[in-house]
Amino acid sequence: MVRVHIEFSGGLELLFGNQKEHDVDVPVQDGNQGLTAGHLIAWARDNMLRERPELFMKGSTVRPGILVLINECDWELSGAAESLINDGDCVVFISTLHGG
Amino acid sequence: MAPRLCIKCQSSKAMLKRPKTQEQVCRECFFALFEEEVHETVVQTKLFKHGERVAIAASGGKDSTVLAHIMTTLNARYGYGLDLFLLSIDEGIAGYRDDSLETVKRNELQYGIPLKVVSYKDLYGWTMDEIVAQIGTKNNCTFCGVFRRQALDRGAVLAGANKIATGHNADDVAETVLLNILRGDVPRLGRCANIITGEDSSLPRVKPFKYAYEKEIVLYAYYKKLDYFSTECVYAPFAARGFAREFIKDLEAARPMAIIDVIRSAEDFIFTTASEDKLPQPRTCERCSYISSQPVCKACVLLEGLNRGLPRLGVSRTRGRRGEKAGLHPDVERIVTTQAASAVRWTAPGVSVDKEAVGSSSHGIVELAAAPVSSSSVEPLPAVVASCIAQPKGEEGCAPEGASATALLQEAHTGQGQGGSAAARAGDTVLGLEGGHVNGSGG
Repeated sequence: MVRVHIEFSGGLELLFGNQKEHDVDVPVQDGNQGLTAGHLIAWARDNMLRERPELFMKGSTVRPGILVLINECDWELSGAAESLINDGDCVVFISTLHGG
Repeated sequence: MAPRLCIKCQSSKAMLKRPKTQEQVCRECFFALFEEEVHETVVQTKLFKHGERVAIAASGGKDSTVLAHIMTTLNARYGYGLDLFLLSIDEGIAGYRDDSLETVKRNELQYGIPLKVVSYKDLYGWTMDEIVAQIGTKNNCTFCGVFRRQALDRGAVLAGANKIATGHNADDVAETVLLNILRGDVPRLGRCANIITGEDSSLPRVKPFKYAYEKEIVLYAYYKKLDYFSTECVYAPFAARGFAREFIKDLEAARPMAIIDVIRSAEDFIFTTASEDKLPQPRTCERCSYISSQPVCKACVLLEGLNRGLPRLGVSRTRGRRGEKAGLHPDVERIVTTQAASAVRWTAPGVSVDKEAVGSSSHGIVELAAAPVSSSSVEPLPAVVASCIAQPKGEEGCAPEGASATALLQEAHTGQGQGGSAAARAGDTVLGLEGGHVNGSGG
């Protein structure tokens, strides 16, 4: 199990029970090296999402327009969906898909 | 992956990959690069003049909050010499606009620039919620966009501004280009990628963020911990722009430079002479003297529809298909041919209208404006609108100096100004192309 602190903003929190911050324990599948960001996202959709999954994920990754930061760093720098999530990490999902 | 160093300063850890350039940079360098690029845009396109009073169109959302922050910062840092203030429009959408206005009020304190709020209720007598209750959710964005555009202008004039700055970003402009192509809206297509619009008018609009990526604006706001409101308009799921946005986002995921490329393509569009002739020329609305490409501006047409319970007025097109004559919209035709006298419209009290101008023909809304109306049913313009009507530009409809708004309206209605009979305004008056630059994220 990997403990992750997840934050949702930019309106995403509405899909997750209107709660911006969550502390969760995510199980790691046997045979995997660790928890990848892609796996975390799928897990979040399956276990935390209350409604409208199409607003969070498209295909096997986050909907284009949602930014992902792992420990304040853009996940693009650590391999995007292949990034490894360690115990105690903070993952932030920010939606850009709303009026300015 | 081992942490990389920022490609710019080579000393701090890289925190993000810039969506626009794919460079891996640290936070501080990102701020500097982003701010520098906006400054470059401002300078190269000569966006402002020293001493101008600029209204920052502010909705409390991510773009306008970051715009307010950046404008204040750059104004001080580079000495633009601008007199800045925040201008907010209250469309009257419960659960959306009232919350975001709270954010703008906080922005007023945070950035130290004054705030002015203008509401649809005051200007038009209708809130968006009331409009949607009347017309449903299919064309409500048209109403909101047209009204908001005019509301921003009215508010800016009331506050004595020379210019309006909006937070439209690169993604917005690219989406608009796509929308205009899909709709075949040639006049708008030629204008929508301009960084300055209406430069010949008394109130030009500028988009300092035209080349700024939406993702970067969000990251800037996140890292700087800027306070913004981020809920979608409750009516947004019904907007056409959603499809364009989805497409642009997918394009960006595949090739980030695509957004800038779409904008550059639109900047380079050249329209042939044949299509140029069809471009509408700016003139002023006969009812409210707002700038318009038709005899009656779109906002007045839409309002007429609302007040008469004709939701399709000004929304559906009357242009005939090839080979057919353009026809009147069925609702308009009914009014014109039965000469309904119970219309409520805005006009100067006691003004009578040339009855000979009425007749059935294919001139669309022009006939409606000339329909006879009993003087007891005319309503004067709301005071707040009448008080801020700017003098019309150009030769047509020019009032002598010092003329009041009422006199201007009177002139227009009795046909002494730019008037002439309806028959003289021959041609294809399509109830489609008009003033408002409908956009999803306007503020």
